[in-house]
Amino acid sequence: MNQSFDYDIIVIGAGHAGCEAALAAARMGFRTAIFTMSLDSIGQMSCNPAIGGLAKSHLVKEIDALGGEMAKITDLAGIQFKILNKSKGPAVWATRVQADRALYRRHMRRALEVQAGLDIKQERIEEILIARGNVRGIKTNPVPGHESIPAHAGEEKRLYQAKAVIVATGTFLNGLIHIGLENFPAGRIGEPSSIHLSKSLNGLGLKIGRLKTGTPPRLDAKSIDFSVMQIQEGDVPPPPMSLFTEKITNPQLPCYMTYTNAHTHQTILDNLEHSPLYSGVIKGIGPRYCPSIEDKVVRFKEKIRHQIFLEPEGLDSDEYYANGISTSLPRDVQIKMVQSIKGLEGAKINKYGYAIEYDFVYPPQLKPTLETKIIEGLFLAGQINGTSGYEEAAAQGLVAGINASLKLKNKGPFVLGRHEAYIGVLIDDLVTKGTQEPYRMFTSRAEYRLLLRQDNADLRLLEKGHELGLINEQQHASFLNKKAAIASELKRIKSTRVKPHVINPILNKLGGSPVKEDTSLDQLLKRPEVRYVNIAEAAPSGNSISQDVIDQVEIQTKYTGYIRRQAEHAEKFRKVEEKIIPEGFVYKGINGLSREIVEKLEEVRPLNLGQAGRIPGVTPAAISLLMIAVAKGQRHSEEK
Amino acid sequence: MHTEDTIAAISTAPGHSGIGIVRLSGSDALKIAERIFLSARQKKIRKTPSHRMLYGHIIDPANKETIDEVLVSVMKAPHTYTREDMVEINSHGGPVPMRRILDLALHAGARLAEPGEFTQRAFLNGRLDLVQAEAVIDLINALTEQSRKTALVQLKGGLSKKIQSIREELIDLAAFVEAYIDFPDEDIESLSLNDMKKRALNIQQALQKLIESSRYGMILREGLKTAIIGRPNVGKSSLLNALLEHDRAIVTEVPGTTRDVIEEYLNIKGIPVRIMDTAGIRDGKDIAEKEGVKRSLKAMEDADLVLLVLDGSSTLHTTDKELIEKSGAKNTIVVINKSDLPQKINVPPHPLHGKAGEGTVVHISAKHETGLDELQRTIAETVLSHSTEGSAEVVTNTRHVYALEKALVSMESFMTEVDKQTSPEFLSIELRDALDAIGDIIGITTPDDILNRIFSNFCIGK
Repeated sequence: MNQSFDYDIIVIGAGHAGCEAALAAARMGFRTAIFTMSLDSIGQMSCNPAIGGLAKSHLVKEIDALGGEMAKITDLAGIQFKILNKSKGPAVWATRVQADRALYRRHMRRALEVQAGLDIKQERIEEILIARGNVRGIKTNPVPGHESIPAHAGEEKRLYQAKAVIVATGTFLNGLIHIGLENFPAGRIGEPSSIHLSKSLNGLGLKIGRLKTGTPPRLDAKSIDFSVMQIQEGDVPPPPMSLFTEKITNPQLPCYMTYTNAHTHQTILDNLEHSPLYSGVIKGIGPRYCPSIEDKVVRFKEKIRHQIFLEPEGLDSDEYYANGISTSLPRDVQIKMVQSIKGLEGAKINKYGYAIEYDFVYPPQLKPTLETKIIEGLFLAGQINGTSGYEEAAAQGLVAGINASLKLKNKGPFVLGRHEAYIGVLIDDLVTKGTQEPYRMFTSRAEYRLLLRQDNADLRLLEKGHELGLINEQQHASFLNKKAAIASELKRIKSTRVKPHVINPILNKLGGSPVKEDTSLDQLLKRPEVRYVNIAEAAPSGNSISQDVIDQVEIQTKYTGYIRRQAEHAEKFRKVEEKIIPEGFVYKGINGLSREIVEKLEEVRPLNLGQAGRIPGVTPAAISLLMIAVAKGQRHSEEK
Repeated sequence: MHTEDTIAAISTAPGHSGIGIVRLSGSDALKIAERIFLSARQKKIRKTPSHRMLYGHIIDPANKETIDEVLVSVMKAPHTYTREDMVEINSHGGPVPMRRILDLALHAGARLAEPGEFTQRAFLNGRLDLVQAEAVIDLINALTEQSRKTALVQLKGGLSKKIQSIREELIDLAAFVEAYIDFPDEDIESLSLNDMKKRALNIQQALQKLIESSRYGMILREGLKTAIIGRPNVGKSSLLNALLEHDRAIVTEVPGTTRDVIEEYLNIKGIPVRIMDTAGIRDGKDIAEKEGVKRSLKAMEDADLVLLVLDGSSTLHTTDKELIEKSGAKNTIVVINKSDLPQKINVPPHPLHGKAGEGTVVHISAKHETGLDELQRTIAETVLSHSTEGSAEVVTNTRHVYALEKALVSMESFMTEVDKQTSPEFLSIELRDALDAIGDIIGITTPDDILNRIFSNFCIGK
């Protein structure tokens, strides 16, 4: 007998995308279930033990401002916090955190467990159930482990009915691990892959491609000579990732740095025929920004050394992650290669590096809500959409969870613009342009980098998180206070003028040129050598002002010209995004559009003229024609 | 596509009617016009009631130079053709001042209108009905097809190669700057301020060269290099004197770079013309025929335009025939002088005729100053046939020059910011603006190009 359970929203996979999706759905009031093949791998960081970095911390802080979980868990699991790019302007500052893998899993699992309205299930998904173009639920096999293991006697496959299903299966779809020329199906090392589910998605008519990524070996700390390596400490005090974290309480650990050498490179070159990458065994496309050490040595022959960061896996772990030497060479070659490196002469490998190939779904088959275009109620989030990285996955999970919920509420979609958030850039890129390699976020992908800073993620997005019901009243109230404090201090420094005899001694100390007449504080703050403390010294505010308010006042004053320039561009951009193309718009038959362009437009089905213009190959002239065709359509319907 | 911009174009038909109109439409139309217009009665365009005209002058805001005397029609939204704020600048100074007015408007913040864009806006803003809209679509199709063809023609040439190579250099530089921002942990070689400036300077100079070499820009700056050639005694110097006399617009008289050539500057229908008067003219009969031809040929080599003077009152001389043949490769107007005398000349068909048509033969009498108007018109046409509104070749051309100038401005700001040691995320804005401008010429702009360059130039991958 088939048992039948009802949920509003089902999430498949409990990685970074799945967890955010499930939490958002449950928090928005829907009965939600999250399915994983292993309760012990909830929130698993399958690659490097770090969260954040350039453009990625921007994503995490946006998730945080929208009421997501990743930043909070990162703070609970973090064992080294550092702000990168401190020598440059604040738009490109980024927080990077080394996280304890076990702590991260534990805290993320805890967050799911305590969430009201959310069930966690350890079952294997075999099929997604569809009726008349709508998702209906899933079929599972309650027996974990490999699909080749038959179901227990008495246990039957179960059906779960749901109104929406979010698939967030990461690299598990048809995952194939390579170590040397040997390969075997797996989702992560030691965990089975999902073969049936991939077939099921393919059967629904979704076009599927293949990508590749890899990890480096993990080393035993006892076998490493750290004394010959460069030590890298975090910032003191550790800067938290989340707005809502008061203080980081974990003990902090350093990372270490060493280099490959000519001997290492020769070892690799001598063994290329045993590399699945160079012998043609691997067909999937790997990321160019994260090449294997084989790739680095072959492609950049002129580099005499490559850096390796040894990153701690956790407080209770003796394992180090050898960041920089991702490899799929055979085990014996990995040992030789590692032991050729300074400080690693006696190193023992706990886990070997490997490459993994996996299926992904071409993301232009998705709407910007991450719902599939062909099946209503079916959402895809994370690595399954061709991205790479925990942060990119979590951002998509959050967006999918929010949009699945809004759909069930019969409310309009939640879509962030490229001018509003990196999340907007991420999803727009995916659904408009697709991707040829695992997609990672970079700040250079954003047109409005100076507006999308990590320091103002809350100013950009927290209000939206509150409207969605993901930011609580107390958090909202404290945000409004901060906003008011920024506004009032900005006003004060504009209207307060100081006399030359007050400010000139201060300017003199800073090496700046003196002023001749009364000067407003904001004019002074615009000088490169002047900081907020300096103007506060000349004319202090009556109120006590918190550091985050000071930061905003300083940034918004110092960069006002640039910010205004980008804001003007962004405003124009927004207006084009407002030119909506109606759903179901017919492109065929528009006078002057080439068949190629019609095909592209039909594939992506852009929401508006702005998005249409970003589709590769769609020309400005085509947009002009489209604009008129859309207006004509509206005129027709008005006349009727 | 950017329907929020203010657009500008010369909206009168090509040709040389007395009055031309430069038209502006968009939310900043009034503001932009105000920047380049000085009312005779100190009136402000923005404060002028709708559908009024103002009299005054177009002024180059950069150097306060007066460009032209104009009437400006001010029309405020929504009762205008496009239903946006519009300004029409009526000028009667001929095609060149009109082009300068357009240039000033573009520099003051307007964007050159796409083909059919005024009409397109009229439709989008609800001003036209559906039938008219069909006509707009046809227009856009026809014009884009036309400009596509010329774009292809131009992109085959060396110009395209040069622009591509500037773009490559820009992407290289941007890749350095972006990699420095996005990959702080990576062991990538960074560019010193000096190297950065050196690269930027190269790009800047290449842009400058391209702009200067653009036909239109060069003519405006240096004048149309014109050679008057012909055998002695056909009336070359009388022609020159007549033109100077007729024009009364001699600016300077500068001795030529060689003793053999004298240069005169004059202004023909707004086009600065630099006449290289072969010295042979002055020396008249003293000079051997051979030497005269030699000098004429030399002058011809450097010229943008050749005025080949023949004596209409005599039959063709062998030297004439030789000159006609040699001038076939050049932009030539055959000037048949002495039309006041009985005509004996019979101009044979020569290589030039097939190309340039009948308009290239003009009959004048330098002595009686007849036919000079026609000659001046013909000179102006020869220049502008390659560079007026309506000829798609030049629409693209102006567009290219404008885009290159935009890129140049961005590179100049880039240099200033590098000197101030500004943080790279700001430098990147200037480089991206320059890349966008260049991309407009080639028709591609994608941030992926920079990323691709980063991954191919640097070993990224912590």
